[in-house]
Formats: sequence, C-alpha cells, structure tokens
Amino acid sequence: MFLKFLARRLLYIIPMLFITTLIVFSFILLIPGDPVLALLGENATPEKIAQLRQQLGLDQPIIVQYLEWLKNALQGDLGRSIFTGQFVHEAVISRFAVTFQLVVTAMIISVLGGMFFAIMSIYYPNSWIDYVSRFFGTIGMSMPNFWLAMLLVLFFSLKLEWVPATGFTSINENPVNFIKGILLPALSLGAVGTAQITRHLRSSLMEVMSADYLRTAYSKGVERWRAIFKHGLQNAMLPVVTTIGILFGNLLGATVVIETIFAIPGMGQLAVNSILQRDFTMLQGVVLVMIIMVIIINFITDLVYAILDPRIEY
Amino acid sequence: MSSKESPLLEVKNLETFISTPKGEIKPVNNVSFSINKGEIVALVGESGSGKSVSSLSIMGLNASAIQYKPESSIYFKDKDLLRLEEKEMRKIRGNEIAMIFQDPMFSLNPVHTIGKQIAESIVLHKKVKYKEALETALDLLNKVGIPDAKRRLNDYPHQLSGGMRQRVMIAMALACDPQLLIADEPTTALDVTIQAQILNLLRKLQKETGISILLITHDLGVVAEMADRVLVMYCGKIVEEGTVADIFENPLHPYTKGLMSSVPELYGPSKEKLDTIPGIVPNPLELPTGCNFVTRCSYATKKCSQTAPTLLQHPSGNRVSCWNPFGKEGGSAHYETAATSINYRH
Repeated sequence: MFLKFLARRLLYIIPMLFITTLIVFSFILLIPGDPVLALLGENATPEKIAQLRQQLGLDQPIIVQYLEWLKNALQGDLGRSIFTGQFVHEAVISRFAVTFQLVVTAMIISVLGGMFFAIMSIYYPNSWIDYVSRFFGTIGMSMPNFWLAMLLVLFFSLKLEWVPATGFTSINENPVNFIKGILLPALSLGAVGTAQITRHLRSSLMEVMSADYLRTAYSKGVERWRAIFKHGLQNAMLPVVTTIGILFGNLLGATVVIETIFAIPGMGQLAVNSILQRDFTMLQGVVLVMIIMVIIINFITDLVYAILDPRIEY
Repeated sequence: MSSKESPLLEVKNLETFISTPKGEIKPVNNVSFSINKGEIVALVGESGSGKSVSSLSIMGLNASAIQYKPESSIYFKDKDLLRLEEKEMRKIRGNEIAMIFQDPMFSLNPVHTIGKQIAESIVLHKKVKYKEALETALDLLNKVGIPDAKRRLNDYPHQLSGGMRQRVMIAMALACDPQLLIADEPTTALDVTIQAQILNLLRKLQKETGISILLITHDLGVVAEMADRVLVMYCGKIVEEGTVADIFENPLHPYTKGLMSSVPELYGPSKEKLDTIPGIVPNPLELPTGCNFVTRCSYATKKCSQTAPTLLQHPSGNRVSCWNPFGKEGGSAHYETAATSINYRH
C-alpha cells in the first residue's frame, strides 16, 4: 500500500520536472542583456558577434535550442558555461554541496529553535519564555535576513572575534571550522524559519492541547510534559510539516543573499555571478537544480505527512 | 445502598467561581452529594447547569479559570481531592477514578493505535512492561465486546465506528480497575441502537466489577435505565435528589416535573404536543435573587422571588429545594391537578 503510494508520488514528479525545464529555459531568456555582448565587450565587430553566436548555438530557433538542451540535460550534461567554458553540471554539483550544508544547518536551527520556543511557551504560558518566544516570533519574521547577517557579523566577528566573518569549510574537511564558518550564515538564514515555526507550532499546539483527546489523556493520569510530547506534538506537527517544506524552498532562495554577504561559494553566489555575467547556461543549471531540490522536498513532505498521520489514505 | 458504610465519594459544599470583568459566575453553587460503593448516581440537568464542571472538579481537570471556594471539599475515600498535590492527583486519575466522555469521535488520540492508548493507562499506574500492558489491553477489548480484538489493537481510532470507539474509551477507563467511573454523557453522540448497547455494557460491567458510576446526562431515558439515585441540577444547584423510582413517580420540584413532562411517553395517553418548560435558563451573571427557577416556574409565589430555598428532606422521601414542592405530605396538593403524571417504565 505504502509502496504504491510512493510509486505514484514518484510518477507525479516526471511531468513536474518536464514543465520545470520548460519554465527554467524560457524564463531565463527573458532576462535583459546579451551574453555575447557581455563576453566580447561593447566594441566587438558584428562579424565576431555573429561568429560567437553561431559557436554557442544561439542563432538557432529557441525551440531547437531548448530541445538540444533538454536532450543533453537528460544525459546529465547541462552544457558549458558561456563565460568560463566550465562544465555546468560540475560547477553546480560542487556548489550544491556547499549550499546544501548551509540550508540543512539553517533548517536544523529553524526546526529545533521553533520547536523549543513553541513548546516552552505552551508549557509555561504567560511566563518570560512565552513572551520572549512571542517577541522573537514577530522580530524574526519582520527582520530582513541581510540586515540580521550584518548585525551578527558586526557583533560576533568584528567585536567579539569569536567566529570568522566570511569563508566556508566543508563539514567533511574540518567539522570544527565548519561550525565556526556556518554559524552566522545559518543563524541569519534560520531566524525567519525559527520565527515561522515558533508561531505556527505554538498556535497549532495551543489548539491541540485543548482538544478532547488531550482531556482524555489527562484523565488517564498523564502528566503535562508527557501530554505535550506524546499526545500533543505529533498532532500539532501535522500542519507545521507544510510550513517546514515551504520554508526549505524559501531558505534555498535566500542563500542568494546570504552567500554573497558571507562569501560562501555556494549555488546562491553562483546564481548571482551568472546573472551579472549573463551566463545563461550556468544560470539554467543553478535554477534547475534548485527547483529539483524543492520538488524533492515536497515529495519528502508528503511522505512525512503519511508517516505522521495514520488517517491519510495512500 | 448501604447507609452505615461511609460513601466512596463525598462532595461537600462544592462551590466554583469564575471571575469575569462583569462579575462572578458560579458554575457550581454550593453542591453536596455522595456516591456509595457500587451505586449508579445520575446527575441530570440542561446544558450549563453545572454537571460537567462538577464532574471535572472531581477529576481536578477544570480549566484554570474555574476556582474553588475554600469551603468546598471532595472526599474520595479519606482524601480531599481539592487539596491534593497535582502529583498525588495524577495517581488517582485513571487509576482510582476514571472518566469517559461524550464524543468518542474526538476523545481518542487520532495518531495513536487504540492498543497504545489503552496500554498507556496501565503503564502509567501499574508496574508492568508495555508488552504486558498490551496483553491486558487485549483482554479489556474482549471484555467490552470488540470483535476481532487482536487485530483491532493495532487500529487507529478513525478505523472504528462511534460505538466501537466508545467501547474503547470504556476499556481504557476500566484498565486499572478504578472504583469510580464518571461517565459524562456517554451515549449522547451515538445512534439510538448503539446507545442501548453501550448502556447494557456499562450495566453489565458495573455488575461484574461493583464499580460506582456517576452518570452525567440530560437524557431521562438513560437515567431510568441505569441509575439508582438521581440528582437534578439547575443553574449550578441541586434542586432535587432521590431514588430513581421516587424521582420518576413522585417528582417534587417543578423543574423536575417539567423535565419529566417534556419527554414523550411510550405508554399511556398520547399528548398532542409535548410540554416544555417556558423561558430560558437565566444568564449566570444575572441570576434572580430568590430561587433560580423563579423566572420559569408557573407556581412561583412572592416568597420564591425573595428568598432562595435550600435542599431539605421532604416527607415523601426526596430531598428538594423548593418552597412549594408537589407531593401529598406537607406539599401543595392542589398543584397535583395542574401537572400531568408520567408513566415511566423501569
């Protein structure tokens, strides 16, 4: 039963991916600016421009360009960078590893932080921790992440000199330096997520804790912590799972800003550079991988739902 | 009913209040009653009469906004439940006093299997392993008449019908052999045929275990079927108390009488229209000065709107809180003609 559900969900992904490629390919063409001009400079002769255009295949009709690109993409070849000639899939994969570590750390901060604040504020209603979590629930949502990032750098890197302001070490190279490098960017990225999950889980928990089945649990002699963790949380998490899924996509998008600020060589930074250089092939690769990530996350969200809620029909 | 033995539960002067910006509301106003071992006591009244708050007071599960006056006490065996530490109270909940609720649709946790939910009660109170608790849960499911119990153990609540879910609730409540079961409108949310099954089950289990039951209901049919003794509540007060036979055959309070006549009769002459009690339950913030029922009572006198009556023993057997009770001795016999008598089958 569950396997059937899994297979069906996986099948849904195929048309979604196809539409995605179409959108990725065509929308990027809408970006103003000519890559050939960007490569050759303003003073290039018309012959040279025409020659390069032909070389890059840009003189073909768009539909031909797309089909050619799709054919190669299906074989794992996303073309070469217009600008550097580097293979796009190689660049994207190495950058992806960096961004993935950043986003996952930010997600862990968001989920753990959000759950902590939400649960504490339900367990100790109207206490200082409740007010603190409600305060951060609002601040975290309204504070722009780039501003928070700069404040964090100012305080923790420049003033206290606890952690470096920029740079990134992969977790498999040096875990300690990884944590030092990732802490501030992940915090700036995860602040919004923490706030969102706190708010959503808090209201969800509040509703669940006054449900009839919680009263049943108390009437059995269940204690409050146990009531929250064993009876409340799983039910309260159901709507929050959606928030977490959406959040992942948001964070992936926000890496564009955060990676630029902290000079982290991830996909966000690659996206920014590609846009500036009109490196269309590279940009297509970056966006495609980001979208695939979001599709995978949505798929996982559905699975988590099915695991958490026995009422979901496969 | 044993009179010498001390009662299992004794509620004394229970008075709850909620402070609101507009004044104090008393959901339960100076209520005293007791439940003996093996007795089924029905607490009857309309919505908002204070039955649920009374029962949740016994469990110590009222909302925190509801506070107790210092005179109140609820003695269960030798302990005053209102003055028990939360930790001590938890040892009683589900272990010595258990409760089942109105709507089995929402009273079970939707994400846990029923086996897990029953076993939780056992693990919380008895020193047994989860696996043993599951075996006990299986026995309990068999006892409450759930077919194919072994498979049902792993079912989730949404896979069961309403009646089955209420059986699960009963199994859960009986898991630790409690001495008192509070059943808060246990059949209200169920189909009529299922209602009868659940009532039969409760009666059968009561006979087998000798458990005491506090049955909260507004359904007089259920009361007639089940109860030994009846408490009638109105606006937070007990207005009449008596054995089920006395209450049905010889109701003394106009409100009790009104409740009786608003139920259709199966036997006896059929009425064209059912009697209703005129008016509505008064706003708890604006209760009348005298008797709470004065605004709806057709027999009210001047005295009724000035002084509140107290619950007193009436010569006919019931205890009643009324200045002009029905009944032959000491009562106002002329009211007999005004009220229709009710034939209830026991």
